[in-house]
Amino acid sequence: MSKTAAKPLAEQAIVQAAHSPAQLHFRTLRVDTPFQPRIDALMKTNDWYDWGGYRAPASLWDEELEYFAIRSQAALFDISPMVKYRIEGPDAESFLNRLTLRDVAKLKPGRVHYTAWCDDAGHVLDDGTLFRLTETRFRLCCQERHLPWLLDSAIGFNVTVTEETEAIAALALQGPTSFAILREAGFAGVERLKIFDLAEFPHDGGSVVISRTGFTGDLGYELFVPADLALSLWDRLWQAGELRGIRAIGYTALNRARLEAGLIVANADFVTAEHAIRADRLRMPDEIGLGFMVDLEKGHFNGRRVIAQARSKDTLQHVLVGLEIEGNIPAEHAIVYHRQKKEVGLVSAAIWSPMAKRNIALASLQRPYGDTATDDLWVEIYAMRELKYERLMKRAKVVARPFIKLDRRTASPPAEF
Amino acid sequence: MKTWDAIVIGAGHNGLVNACYLQRAGLDVLVVEKNDWIGGAATSRSLTPGFLYSNCSYVCSLFRPEIMRDLELPRFGLQVISYEGGAVFTRDGDYLANYRDHHAHRREFARFSARDAEAYGRYARDVTRQCRFIQPLLMRTAPDPTSFRPRDIGELIYLGKKFAGLGATEMADTLRFWTMSISDFLDEYFETDVIKANFALSGIIGTALGPMSPGTAYVLLHHYMGEVDGSVGAWGYARGGMGAVTKALADSFRASGGTIRTGAEVEQVLVKNGKARGLVLAGGEEVHGKLVVSNADVKRTFLKLVEEKELPDAFLRRVKNFKMRGSSGKVNIALDSLPEFPALPKDSPCYRGDMHFTDSVERMERGYDDWKAGRWSADPFLDMMMPTMLDPTMAPPGKHFMSCFVQYCPPKVEGSDWTDADRDAFAETVVSQIADYSPGFRDRIVHMEVRTPRELEAEVGLTEGNIFQGELTFDQLLFNRPVPGYAQYRSPIDGLYICGSSTHPGGGVMGAPGRNAAHEILRDLSRPTKHMSPAHDVI
Ligand SMILES: Cc1cc2nc3c(=O)[nH]c(=O)nc-3n(C[C@H](O)[C@H](O)[C@H](O)COP(=O)(O)OP(=O)(O)OC[C@H]3O[C@@H](n4cnc5c(N)ncnc54)[C@H](O)[C@@H]3O)c2cc1C
Repeated sequence: MSKTAAKPLAEQAIVQAAHSPAQLHFRTLRVDTPFQPRIDALMKTNDWYDWGGYRAPASLWDEELEYFAIRSQAALFDISPMVKYRIEGPDAESFLNRLTLRDVAKLKPGRVHYTAWCDDAGHVLDDGTLFRLTETRFRLCCQERHLPWLLDSAIGFNVTVTEETEAIAALALQGPTSFAILREAGFAGVERLKIFDLAEFPHDGGSVVISRTGFTGDLGYELFVPADLALSLWDRLWQAGELRGIRAIGYTALNRARLEAGLIVANADFVTAEHAIRADRLRMPDEIGLGFMVDLEKGHFNGRRVIAQARSKDTLQHVLVGLEIEGNIPAEHAIVYHRQKKEVGLVSAAIWSPMAKRNIALASLQRPYGDTATDDLWVEIYAMRELKYERLMKRAKVVARPFIKLDRRTASPPAEF
Repeated sequence: MKTWDAIVIGAGHNGLVNACYLQRAGLDVLVVEKNDWIGGAATSRSLTPGFLYSNCSYVCSLFRPEIMRDLELPRFGLQVISYEGGAVFTRDGDYLANYRDHHAHRREFARFSARDAEAYGRYARDVTRQCRFIQPLLMRTAPDPTSFRPRDIGELIYLGKKFAGLGATEMADTLRFWTMSISDFLDEYFETDVIKANFALSGIIGTALGPMSPGTAYVLLHHYMGEVDGSVGAWGYARGGMGAVTKALADSFRASGGTIRTGAEVEQVLVKNGKARGLVLAGGEEVHGKLVVSNADVKRTFLKLVEEKELPDAFLRRVKNFKMRGSSGKVNIALDSLPEFPALPKDSPCYRGDMHFTDSVERMERGYDDWKAGRWSADPFLDMMMPTMLDPTMAPPGKHFMSCFVQYCPPKVEGSDWTDADRDAFAETVVSQIADYSPGFRDRIVHMEVRTPRELEAEVGLTEGNIFQGELTFDQLLFNRPVPGYAQYRSPIDGLYICGSSTHPGGGVMGAPGRNAAHEILRDLSRPTKHMSPAHDVI
């Protein structure tokens, strides 16, 4: 009698002829975006960073001057690594209404809004921009990956969700001459785009979606094309921008601009719910300054009940605020104190703002500090100077965001520069 | 005749950890080991010229860094090296790799499922949360819920507070996690067979349960709660094989004045008036000690080394019923050249990691079915690796030591004892599985050591060959390990302690049982424990 069951597989070499490119991805741990040939050609600092597994420029030639390019001319920034989902189908609107905080019924085709979504406990999973391309087709752009969440949430809706991060290349063109460059590049009708409008324009035998959106608080646009049209789009903009000071920039410069605009970054200014290992790091929209998005009137959405309850029972624990800090030393990751004694929070991002000529910061505070108790707040800055910490205790004032407001951002028609 | 302050039965890693701490507290300690070598299930032996095997355990992660530091193990040569990912081969000629790089990991999963690629984040978060809950419990004596001593109440409150600190949903998750099957747990995150199989293996290793058996999710946790230098969940090789751990412990022990006797099998614990007084060795030699600590498993200790009449009935019954069914075997192979796995690109980092051939949870479960019927799995699950890809000390250049952990393998074959012919047939099952994926594999074999539960029991003394000195199910953990009321390393016999993997927090090369037992002993002796670092903070 055999002491072991029949062997299911005859001994035979399991051989695979050749390895597919997909299998060989391990050879390149940081991949290129479709724009990489152009960025590589302009790269002088070799200052790369890892953005979602992509080799992305932290700076290209001079991080300070790159910032000024945003504010004075036009800056081209590759946003292809941003995570993108296509959401399509007859129920797309009702699905997204169920998923996100804002009322998607109010988002007309050809419009974009900034939104966020929560888990069932009302904790923010991510924030992002929702583009309504047609009545039934949307694009959701965000920092983190959410396919399982989106697919599970879509059960029962007639809608398809497709991850399209690699398939769609994207650029941000930001700065005072950005409109003039697009017009120069021949995107007829682009002057009609008001802030948060989008439209499709012909490009190189296909089309490009241009929206008047951005992450800088300045006049600016974002452009989305299929990956194979990426390089021709870059060239088209670059040519058109030659006489209008177009420059390519990296994230360090962009980050300064976004801070002046008072915008938050997921997993930098708050921890997204699917990444928070420690339960006390979870945040509700009202705790990270996104309360304005919550539309309790629109009908049911994920987290609605808990959010409403936290508001009515006054159980919100945190608040995200803008701070203006005395002096000029950036307070990045400094501890915030009340009366210089009681620890009440942490600065998540801070810079000296060239546009506001102020020392600005975003901070998460423990309520009531920053909410109803805004007096007598201090920030403890450890400034490393030649191997010694200069310890500074500086007064901080809660101020409204954005820290700067530029008329050219919203002017319609947009200005020449 | 000399009376030792303490005698430790067994030079397994826990016995040695225990002995080191006692010796460093100023006790005069003797370790007696039945084998001619030390290490128990953490040993490296050369059985063919030029090659060193990790004969039993083969990878290191659980060993507590606090112990390594306290006992100066780096000074005595211990080095643990992280290794790179690994692969599960699929039957269609492809494979699923695990890469250390987060994005490569995602891209690899995306080859199989876009959804699963993005599910890993939440999975890792949830497992990490559970690890953070359990980690601080490892280096603490479990509370005895039946006692009303302030210390036990304090520990219970600590446990309760940690639990309460979880929040309602997490609390429910934790309870579910500790009791559910690894298969059900993974179904909540992933949809692809091979991806689930990839994670499920940690849920069954060393366990006489299938991936669909309740309780296996916790076993996964037991394999994730370790670390290599702060990298939680990472596994590494001890340079020189797992024997390097026990060699460093033995050297540390001797350097602080301790004595080890090998080739000295204990036949009986001397008990007089309910108190342990020493041992009788095979051959009749008596060795006297003020107290005795057993590193042998709980069944061997109380059913073989102590006369039944010395023990209360209820205790005896519990010990007899303690589950430690053997479920695993091990095949160690010396290879004269690097085997090729054509499915893998030649430069794949998977060669430096662990390799598996079981590409679905279903196949694992079928393998378990064989075990239940008293047979080794016809289509076994292998955890296979070549430490010599990273460790130059175990084989000559270009040659390799391959370690294959094999599951499932029963303590008896259809109710009968293992025969040599059974053992050879078992080895053949393993080799042929590897050869399916590696043409020419057989021709590279120089030497093989085949270990079924029979060999594990005979050599290491693991009853039924259970690798953890007792199964890691919830009913046998914390204050229930090994026996309720005796989870604090003491026994019904005064002066007889247990310090092996049968005790909290359980099996694996972890050192925590040996350390915690030393803490209790020193407490009973009112000796200081300042030389014992508390557990590192989990922040
Ligand atoms: C095949 C196998 C693979 C494993 N793989 C891993 C792995 O990769 N990683 C991991 O962390 N864990 C692994 N484990 C588990 C781990 O090795 C054990 O849980 C651990 O080593 C047990 O250590 P211990 O000190 O508690 O007991 P043991 O190592 O069992 O030590 C007991 C000692 O007591 C001695 N002894 C017993 N009876 C007597 C007597 N009467 N007289 C004198 N001496 C006696 C024995 O010879 C032995 O030396 C594996 C185990 C096995 C068997």
